[in-house]
Amino acid sequence: MYILSTANYPKVNLYRRIVKAKLFIDNNYSKNIDLDNIADEASFSKFHFIRQFKKIYEKTPHKYLTVVRIEKAMQLLRTNIPVSEVCYEVGFESLGSFSGLFKRITGFAPSAYLLRQQHIKAQILKTPLNFIPGCFAEKKRLEEKKQY
Amino acid sequence: MITRMSHVSIYVLNQDSAFDFYVNKLGFKVHTDAAMGEGMRWLTVTPPEQPELEITLMSITEGMMFTKESAATMKELVKKGTFGFGVFECKDIFATYEELKAKGIEFTKEPKKEFYGVEALFKDDSGNWFSLGQKQ
Repeated sequence: MYILSTANYPKVNLYRRIVKAKLFIDNNYSKNIDLDNIADEASFSKFHFIRQFKKIYEKTPHKYLTVVRIEKAMQLLRTNIPVSEVCYEVGFESLGSFSGLFKRITGFAPSAYLLRQQHIKAQILKTPLNFIPGCFAEKKRLEEKKQY
Repeated sequence: MITRMSHVSIYVLNQDSAFDFYVNKLGFKVHTDAAMGEGMRWLTVTPPEQPELEITLMSITEGMMFTKESAATMKELVKKGTFGFGVFECKDIFATYEELKAKGIEFTKEPKKEFYGVEALFKDDSGNWFSLGQKQ
């Protein structure tokens, strides 16, 4: 599925292995993966892998996995999926630890975030033109008037 | 006095496919995705670390912005790769290049050290091209 580049630059193999591990996290965040799986994917020793990953992505692989899971959870909550379902869908095993981490990273409890998103969606449906810049809204109003 | 830019538009051939490209491949965040009636969809995304700049993924359709003829001309120009809409920055260009390449994104220039920094060029799913840079 993935196409490796043909570019040649210093440390090309190191980059490819770290990127492969990052993509492994992106594609498997919903499963029960741990650092050993990820380091194996990149064919590194655990310690060396963490250091190289952090150098490129400014986060440890564990922290990156957490961020991916929370961001995916935010996406799912925006589509109205219940909190308990989202929690397991993004790879957490306990609702408590999911809610705690979600709040620490986003500033909202998952249920509060879901309600907020539902409110925004309802507002967009009710007054769509309030969500686009004034010049476009005005043009759209004029277009609509033309049809009558 | 102008203080900031809030919106910038990129003309795309298909908003569903552009959503997949900018959100799932480039990793941009959806800011607003709202149906405006009569087939108009207001779709804006933001670069992950620049939430205040909304990039409007604007479809090229007859109506508000284009006549039928100008829409057809614009589509042809976009397809041909006429427009370069901007420069994106990243922290590590080699890692970013490898990732985007792995996701099937077409690069017209591999990362190369220039006097102004390391630069690569890539195309979006419509044909618009962008520079990808890493500050020195």
